[in-house]
Amino acid sequence: MTAEFGDRLPAAFSRPGSSSFVDFLADHAPNLLPGREPAPIGSVEAPHATTIVALTYDGGIVMAGDRRATMGSTIAHRRMEKVFSADDYSAVGIAGTAGVAVELVRLFQLELEHFEKIEGTLLSLEGKANRLATMVRAGLPMALQGLAAVPLFGGYDERRSEGRIFSYDVAGGRYEEADFHAIGSGSVHARGSMKKLWAQGLGRDEAVRIAVHALIDAADEDSATGGPDVARGIYPIVAVVDAGGYRRVGDSDLAAVVRAITSGQEES
Amino acid sequence: MTQPFYVSPEQLMKDRADFARKGIARGRSVIVVGYRGGIAFVTENTSRALHKISEIYDRIGFAAVGKYNEFENLRVAGVRYADLRGYSYDRVDVSARGLANAYAQTMGAVFTTESKPLEVELAVAEVATSQAGDQIYRLGYDGSVAEEPGFVVMGGAAERLGALVREKWTEDLSLAEVLGLAVRVLGAGEEEDGSADRVLAPASLEAAVLDRDRPRRAFQRLSVPALTDLLPAAEQG
Repeated sequence: MTAEFGDRLPAAFSRPGSSSFVDFLADHAPNLLPGREPAPIGSVEAPHATTIVALTYDGGIVMAGDRRATMGSTIAHRRMEKVFSADDYSAVGIAGTAGVAVELVRLFQLELEHFEKIEGTLLSLEGKANRLATMVRAGLPMALQGLAAVPLFGGYDERRSEGRIFSYDVAGGRYEEADFHAIGSGSVHARGSMKKLWAQGLGRDEAVRIAVHALIDAADEDSATGGPDVARGIYPIVAVVDAGGYRRVGDSDLAAVVRAITSGQEES
Repeated sequence: MTQPFYVSPEQLMKDRADFARKGIARGRSVIVVGYRGGIAFVTENTSRALHKISEIYDRIGFAAVGKYNEFENLRVAGVRYADLRGYSYDRVDVSARGLANAYAQTMGAVFTTESKPLEVELAVAEVATSQAGDQIYRLGYDGSVAEEPGFVVMGGAAERLGALVREKWTEDLSLAEVLGLAVRVLGAGEEEDGSADRVLAPASLEAAVLDRDRPRRAFQRLSVPALTDLLPAAEQG
């Protein structure tokens, strides 16, 4: 591939028909696609990313993820980022084998941007969710060897003027979630927490508070989920997606939210 | 038995060049021009869907004149080239120079080896952190490349319009001023006294900028309302 850069662009570059970067890679440079090479049988220990939560509120969604990655019983990373902007109007969070998951996100972001540049318009939210399902399915052979990564996808649907959340299974199954959802090792506890706290017609700030609260509850019960680390100044990644687009919630705002939640816990 | 006529290589190349030039001259001109805050692209185009100006990568924009199907094909190839490069290495490793090179090789190869040369002219521009680092490349139908300082005018009346831009352009113009200049030049008629000049309405223009101050993706199209706001300010100044 690199040798061709100094030369005439190969025919694959000007082949009409596809607006997908993944399809282009499969056609022109399949070796660059993750998971295309058959891996030998065996098992490998790699860092694991954990809990992601997402919930809808009136006019958008909030997605949040803790910062811990574990490898067996050790903490592999304390500051890992697991929630990303997929494009201006959607967010994607990841759980599972970190290396596979981060690569999946990178390719997904590029896939959306590539489509936008070639077609001159954004994909519909449903279209993005379906595209991600195809890419998760392509990772199935690696998942069978223990290198599984599962995303949680959410965004603002401009056609419906509301936030929507989609979850996936390793086989590429795509499910739309009503109200809230969580994935990863701490998801059971986070989901329980959100079940009690979520209500119809939430505001943005309240939704951020619930997301952080759910992560704190998950960290309380699950050793692989990292709670807010006030001493080191490590806070969860919290993203808000609404009609104005994707925004990260700043650490100073999160510090205040965490303080309010933990002081409330001490009282009770 | 019929003998094929001998055609000298000089004549063959000249015929091909004339053919390509004629095709390009039929199109409306495009102006790519630098200003204090970035690089602006302006052309006369009433279509809202068939673009002559577009985004290639974070800091790289593209403009073309000539046959739509041919430059659209090159544009898509450019987006694929840039995205593949950015994916294999890193986003900062995609440069306008590399892209211009790939285009030049492609257009040169088509010019010499295929039955018909491409009837297109391209401009590839990259905005840098300071104006001194901005690059604008112009690519001819035969694969010729030139890095132009400050601005490029392509299309039928490129030389005449280029001279008009050269008279008025300086590098410290604002966006409103370069847009005003570009629109006046695009509407300039052939008569010296200005009797054939036209005033182009914002709705008949396609315009975009590579804005130095935008964080990742610098490319932004200017909508008709945005153009309407920007243009009168320049007319007064």
